[in-house]
Amino acid sequence: MLNKNFYLILIISLVFAISFWIGFNVNLLPAEASINAPIYDELFKILFIIGLIIFIGMTIAVVYSLFKFRKRNDQIGDGIALEGNLSLEIVWTIIPSIIVLLIGLYSYNIYDRMGGMKELNHNHEMMSSNTEKIWAGISQTSDNEIAINNLSIEVSAMQFAFLFNYPKGNFISGELHVPVDQKVSMKMESKDVIHAFWVPEFRIKQDIIPGQPTILNFTPTKVGKYPIICAELCGPYHGGMRASIIVEEESDYNEWFNKNKKPEVNL
Amino acid sequence: MTISLDPQKTNNESLQPKGWLRYFSFSLDHKVIGIQYLVCGFLFYLIGGTLASAIRIELASPMSDFMPRDVYNQVLTLHGTIMIFLWIVPVVNGAFGNYLIPFYVGARDMAFPRLNAVAFWLIPPSGLMLVASYFVEGAAQAGWTAYPPLSITTPQSGQIIWILSVLLLGGSSIFGGINFIATIIKLRRPGLKLMQLPMYCWAMLGTSLLVVLSTPVLAGTLILLSFDIIAHTGFFNPVLGGNVVVYQHLFWFYSHPAVYIMVLPAFGLVSEILPVHARKPLFGYTTMVFSIMGIVVLGLVVWAHHMFTSGTPPWMRLFFTIATAFIAVPTGIKFFNWVATLWGGKISINSAMLFSCGFIINFVFGGITGVALAQVPFDIHVHDTYFVVAHFHYIVYGGTVFIIFSSIYHWFPKVTGKMLNEKLGILHFIITFIGFNLCFAPQHWLGLNGMPRRVAEYDPQFQFVNQISSLGALLMAISTIPFLINVFLSVRNGKNAGDNPWNALTPEWLTSSPPPVENWEGEAPLVEEPYGYGKEISEQK
Repeated sequence: MLNKNFYLILIISLVFAISFWIGFNVNLLPAEASINAPIYDELFKILFIIGLIIFIGMTIAVVYSLFKFRKRNDQIGDGIALEGNLSLEIVWTIIPSIIVLLIGLYSYNIYDRMGGMKELNHNHEMMSSNTEKIWAGISQTSDNEIAINNLSIEVSAMQFAFLFNYPKGNFISGELHVPVDQKVSMKMESKDVIHAFWVPEFRIKQDIIPGQPTILNFTPTKVGKYPIICAELCGPYHGGMRASIIVEEESDYNEWFNKNKKPEVNL
Repeated sequence: MTISLDPQKTNNESLQPKGWLRYFSFSLDHKVIGIQYLVCGFLFYLIGGTLASAIRIELASPMSDFMPRDVYNQVLTLHGTIMIFLWIVPVVNGAFGNYLIPFYVGARDMAFPRLNAVAFWLIPPSGLMLVASYFVEGAAQAGWTAYPPLSITTPQSGQIIWILSVLLLGGSSIFGGINFIATIIKLRRPGLKLMQLPMYCWAMLGTSLLVVLSTPVLAGTLILLSFDIIAHTGFFNPVLGGNVVVYQHLFWFYSHPAVYIMVLPAFGLVSEILPVHARKPLFGYTTMVFSIMGIVVLGLVVWAHHMFTSGTPPWMRLFFTIATAFIAVPTGIKFFNWVATLWGGKISINSAMLFSCGFIINFVFGGITGVALAQVPFDIHVHDTYFVVAHFHYIVYGGTVFIIFSSIYHWFPKVTGKMLNEKLGILHFIITFIGFNLCFAPQHWLGLNGMPRRVAEYDPQFQFVNQISSLGALLMAISTIPFLINVFLSVRNGKNAGDNPWNALTPEWLTSSPPPVENWEGEAPLVEEPYGYGKEISEQK
C-alpha cells in the first residue's frame, strides 16, 4: 500500500503542473505593442504561476479539511488538542519571506529594464530655460537620444480630451501619431484636474497632473491603432475621455508629419 | 487595578427604556450599542448595495444610458463612502467590538460607556446627511478618494456635506478606538493575562492603534480640503500654487491603514469562530498575536503604493513595493494557522463555518493579487482599472463581509437566545459565494485588457464580460433575501438555543443567552484557556 507521503508529493506535483500549464497557456493580456509589453508579460507570467500554486494549494487544503475532518453523526467530543508547532511556524514564515523577497528583487529587475530607475532630471528641449522639477514617470532613454530622433511630444490633458503638441512641426493634433520602433518622449501636464495616460497594449500608465509635469517614454514595436484611455476619475465624461495612438511605418509617419507641419510665422 | 462595575451605569438603570425601545435610546449598555451598530450598519449596507446594483445596471451596456453621467459619479462616490465608513468599519469594529470585548476582558461594560454611546449616535445623522446630499445640489462626485482638484471644482455643497459627514464618522471611529484600547488594557478582570485574551481582543487592540494613529491625519486633510473649497485657500489647488500630490499622500496615510481597520477585526473574528466549530485550539496563538502587530506596523508604512502612477519618484516606488509585499508574510502566517486549526478537527459544516472557509479562499485570492499589485511594474499597467476594483472587493467583500455574515450566524444565538435556520443559512452562503465570484473574478480580466474604473461607458468589446459581472451582482442582491427571511423568522420563532449551543469556551458563552444587563450573575469567570478544546481539564461545567 502506498503511504501518505506519496499522495502528498503527488498532489503537490499536480498543483505545480496545473499552475505551470495554466500560466503558460492561458493568455489574459492584450496584444504586445511596445518594448515594455513583453517585459511586463514575463513578470505577469511568473506572478500568475506563483499565485496559482498558492491559491490552488490553499483551496485544496481548506476543502480537503472540510471533507476529511467533518464531524460524523456518531462522533462526540473534540478534535486533538494541538496548540501549535514551532517548526511549522518557522517554515511558513521563512518560505513566504524568501518568495516575497525574490519577487521583489525580480520586479526591481523588471522595473529597471523598463527604464523606471533612470534619473528623471529630464532636460526637455522646450523647457531648457526652465528649472522646474519633474517628479515622476518612466524614462527609457537619455536626453541625447531624444534630441537626435526629434520625437519629443508635449501632451496636455483637459476635461475631456488629450492634445498632442509636436514642437518640431509647430502643430497640435488630437491623435497621437508615432513611427514604429523609435523612442518617444512625452512631457505631460494637465490644464485642470488629474488625468492619466494609459495605453493597455503598451503596458504603461502615468498620471497627468496639473501644476506638475510628468514624463513618459516608450518605444512602440507594432504598427496599428491603439486606444489612449484616461484612467483617473476626471468628471462626468471620464469614461468618454479617449484618444487614439497610431503607430505607423516611418515613411507614413513622415508623410503625416509633413502634411500637418506649419511654418514658424503662423504663430 | 481593574474595575469590574461601573457605578454610574447602575444608577441610571431605572432611566433606561426596556424592551425593543432601548435600541432607539441613548443606552450605555455595550450590548445594546453593539446591536445598534450592527443594525444601523446593515441598513446602510442595503443602501450601499442598492447603489452598487445601480452601477452594475449601468455597466450592463457599454453606453451611458441608465442614469446621467454626473449622477453615476455621485452613485459610485456614495457607494464607496457608505460601504467603508457606514457598513464595514462600524460593524466589524463597533458592533462586534462593543458586544464582545467587555465579555472577553471580563468587564461589565466598556471603559467609557457615555463616549461609546456618543460614538454610535454620531453615525446615523452623518449617514443620513450623506444620503440626503443627493437631494440638495447633488451628492459628492469626486470618488471616495475626493482627489483635488476634481473635488474642488465639482459642485460644492455635495462635497462639503461629504467632508462633514466623513469627519463625524472619523470622530466616531476615534472615540471607539480610544474606548477599545482603554477597555482591553485597563478593564481586564484580576488574574487575566494579556496572552490569555481571545484573539479578537488582540485584533481590536491593533486596529484601534491604527485608528488612533491615522484617522486624525484624514481629519486634518479633509479640513484643509474644505478650506480650499469654502475659503479658496490654496493647499491643494494648483491654480493657487497648491500641490495635489501632497493630498494623495495625506489621504492614503489614513486610507491604507483603513484597509487593515476593515480586515484585522475580521481576522480576529474568524480566529474565534474556527476553533469553536472545528473543536480544536487556535493553532499558533503567539505567532498570531505577533503577526497582527506586524501587520499594524507595516500597515503604516505602505501608503504610497496607491500612488505608483502619480507624482512619485523612483526610489519611493521601490521602498513601498518592498514594504507592501512584506505584509504578505504576517498575513500568510495567519492563513496557514487557520488551515492548521481546521486540520485534524471535528468540523461541523454549518453556515458560520462555510462563510469562514469562503473568507479564507476569497481572501487568499485577493491577497495574491495584492502582492502582484505591490510590484511597481505590474501596478503601472493595472492601476485605476477594474483589476484593482476586483482586488479590493475580494479583500473587503470576499474577506470582511463574509466574516460579518459568519459572525452573525455564530453569535445570533448569543444575542437572541434563538438559533438561525441552518438550511436558509447554507442557501445564503451558496448564493453569496457564487454571486460574489461571478461578479468580481471576471473584473480582473477587464482591468488587464483595458477597462478603467469609475467609468459609465466602455469599449463594446467588454460588454459580455460586464454582463456576467452584473449577473453575479444580481445574485449577490438576491442572496440577502434568504438572510433577511432567516433573521426575521428566527428572532420570532427560532429554535431555542440554550445558553451555549456551540459548547464554546470563550467567556461570552459562560453566561445566559441573551446575557443579563451586568453580563454575569455574580463575578466574571476567569478563562485562562479560551481555546482549550480537546483538553480534559478545561471541560466546562
